[in-house]
Amino acid sequence: MATLVRPAPRVELTAMPRPNVETGLLSWIMTVDHKRIGILYGASAFILFLIGGIEALIMRMQLAQPNGKVVDADTFNQLFTMHGTTMIFLVIMPLSVAFFNYIVPLQIGARDVAFPRLNALSYWIFLAGAIFINLGWVIGQAPDAGWFGYANLTERPYAMGMNTDFWVLGLQILGIASILGSMNFFVTIINLRAPGMRMMRMPVFCWMTIVTNILMLLAFPVITIALTFLLFDRYFGTHFFVPSGGGDPQLWVHLFWIFGHPEVYILILPAMGMVSQVLPTFARKPLFGTPFVIYSGIAIAFLSFGVWAHHMFAQGLGPTADAAFAFSTMAIAVPTGVKIFNWIGTLYKGHLWFTTSMLFAIGFIAMFIIGGLSGVMHASPPADLQQNNTYFIVAHFHYVLFGGSMLGIFAGIYYWYPKAIGRLMSEKLGKWHFWLTMIGFNLTFFPMHWVGLDGMPRRVYTYPDGMGWNDYNFAETIGAFIIALSVLIFIYNAVWSMRYGQIAGNDPWDARTLEWSIPSPPPHYNFAEIPIVASMDDWWRQKYGAGHEGPPGTGAHPPAMAGAAEDVHHADEHAGEAHVHIHMPDPSYFPIMVGIGVFIMALGMITNYWVSLPGFVVVMAGVYGWCFEPVNAPEPGAAH
Amino acid sequence: MAVSAAEAPPPVIQHPPVAADRTSTGLNHRKVLMWAFLGSDCMFFASLISNFQVQRGRSLNPPYPKDIINIPFTSVSTFALLMSSLMMVLALAAIQRGDVRGMKIWILACAFLGALFLGGQFYEFTGFVQSGLKLSTNLFGASFFILTGFHGTHVTIGVIWLISVYYAAARGRITQKDSLSVELAGLYWHFVDIVWVAIFTIVYLLGT
Repeated sequence: MATLVRPAPRVELTAMPRPNVETGLLSWIMTVDHKRIGILYGASAFILFLIGGIEALIMRMQLAQPNGKVVDADTFNQLFTMHGTTMIFLVIMPLSVAFFNYIVPLQIGARDVAFPRLNALSYWIFLAGAIFINLGWVIGQAPDAGWFGYANLTERPYAMGMNTDFWVLGLQILGIASILGSMNFFVTIINLRAPGMRMMRMPVFCWMTIVTNILMLLAFPVITIALTFLLFDRYFGTHFFVPSGGGDPQLWVHLFWIFGHPEVYILILPAMGMVSQVLPTFARKPLFGTPFVIYSGIAIAFLSFGVWAHHMFAQGLGPTADAAFAFSTMAIAVPTGVKIFNWIGTLYKGHLWFTTSMLFAIGFIAMFIIGGLSGVMHASPPADLQQNNTYFIVAHFHYVLFGGSMLGIFAGIYYWYPKAIGRLMSEKLGKWHFWLTMIGFNLTFFPMHWVGLDGMPRRVYTYPDGMGWNDYNFAETIGAFIIALSVLIFIYNAVWSMRYGQIAGNDPWDARTLEWSIPSPPPHYNFAEIPIVASMDDWWRQKYGAGHEGPPGTGAHPPAMAGAAEDVHHADEHAGEAHVHIHMPDPSYFPIMVGIGVFIMALGMITNYWVSLPGFVVVMAGVYGWCFEPVNAPEPGAAH
Repeated sequence: MAVSAAEAPPPVIQHPPVAADRTSTGLNHRKVLMWAFLGSDCMFFASLISNFQVQRGRSLNPPYPKDIINIPFTSVSTFALLMSSLMMVLALAAIQRGDVRGMKIWILACAFLGALFLGGQFYEFTGFVQSGLKLSTNLFGASFFILTGFHGTHVTIGVIWLISVYYAAARGRITQKDSLSVELAGLYWHFVDIVWVAIFTIVYLLGT
């Protein structure tokens, strides 16, 4: 495919021919291939993970001792705001999206997503937003009003600088990226499943992906509108959240959390999906009660829109509202608990194979249970009033976001890395990574439960001596550095394995779903022939026959990794590659063009409105070019 | 749809069953995308309308809605917008039976009525500003302009879209087999109209 020379397109109304590069930097910039976009998402999000991590380390250094002097209060405000914003919007979400991109089309037996250019567009807009929101650091005015930016703190009189503008506009841009991306994945999963793959035969990861994307579709408009109100308050003198003009700051809190609580599940459901792929593979059993896992995911998503006010118990909504939201919040623990029992049921009597991926998946279950339990605790308003705004809350959401989402994502990375790269990651380094993460994580966040219940307030840049918090805080700081060390090991492992890792072969884990039926890394077109699906976990059926639910040959060892390389199930695929002529969408200039235009428009909003004008022109030019771009350059072989 | 059924049975629009075009649901990708977008757009309008309801009666200073809203005038522009939906239906019916010329006429009529609505909105906004209601005057002004302005932006995009469809058809790029392009514009247009019915009821009829 790489050497095909295409004649100049002869389509009328063409602004420009579609670019035709397939290697080098330019090919990445113009790519519309879901696998490359997935890698771009993953790499960008990982760099942002390091930035967010450094922010956390500075905070921990400040808090290592009472009356710390590492940073001042103002910088500390910026640090915790940017740490939260970064980890939620720029790390966990895009890392999940990286997996949606890379894995979903492979799992449903598709050659790409439904709208490849839209997919590229959502990446470039995401990157524009990520850079924009971090620009504040460059001029020393990073956002500083907390990641949920409560009104009043974000209104002009209390936020004169550009800090909040970076936050508002940056989130606005990220919202566009999320909505575009989620429309695309919704259509992809609804419409591009391989023949025979009914919804209930879809891998659970794809199910969690579509549920997450529906949540994004419905939740992001709310924050977009809330941010628009705030923008108008700041720029055009409206009073949506300004009491002196009749407005109500509490409206912001409502709108934010109507978005914010579904957002919490947007962060965790993809990780739940990943774990639901990893556990059956390494337990060598089908996922226990698969339909229940799927329905629970849907139930969680549905309930997630009805629990937002549990973030507001301390604001005095009255007993009726408190009782209702306490009830709905406790109700959401039920489907979550169902999933945990299903995962444990999958492990029960399985032939467990403790790869690093499996360890992370089990770590996910354990840590997520702790986070879930503390969550149920502050579902009760009286308990919440005690815990509100203390480190107990910080401990809780780190147990669900780091102990949950992030460990799940690491499980996913170790699991699918061989598919994307073609080589296995080092298991030895992986196990170091896992154990250091677990030790560091628990050392950092478990003591926060205690200092939190003891009343240590979150978001305060220092604490006095003699409160009995010194030792805990010092331990937490050590834990944070252990996490940092484990991340360094992970990076070394990922880079080292890219060159020296064991060759993976098609199916190193003897796994169950379709992505393992094709070469690693997959060819540009994924599937030479679109598979026909006859059951759930269809690849397992293809390997071992229908009705074979248990492991092949009881007592048998899982296939040794070394042998995996010869385990080529589609031998004919390589032979046939030269003749396969599969039409894939061509790269495009326009997604990145629109992304750049959006970035310039946002810059104009904070500097000079006139700067927005060229940005708008670039966006319009990009959209126009996009619309009139030929769907594909004509094929050289189209004649016959 | 009903109109075309009354005249001649519309030929079944069927693309040759090409493997590359296969979709799991049998629906075109673009159509599913449009429905996904409309679902998302519902939440935009839901947030704005809820905000309008929350802010009702909270304005600290005049002009209040009853001082300024002119229901008869807006009823006329609402009527124009609703009639444009009928034009849209006729345009789609025309292209589905292969009548490109008819489609062009109806789509232009639809765009005209949409533009008429926009003109009415522009006139109304100007009048409001002259009577002292601006974005920053009070909460009614802020909520009203942001809600109806957001809807007006939708109508503007719709009018541009309709005119683009007209031009594409004039250049022969839309024929019977491309009726989906008209249908998608129609889905969007009907959605924007339905939202206006809600806004007209809540902001104008119940708001004063």
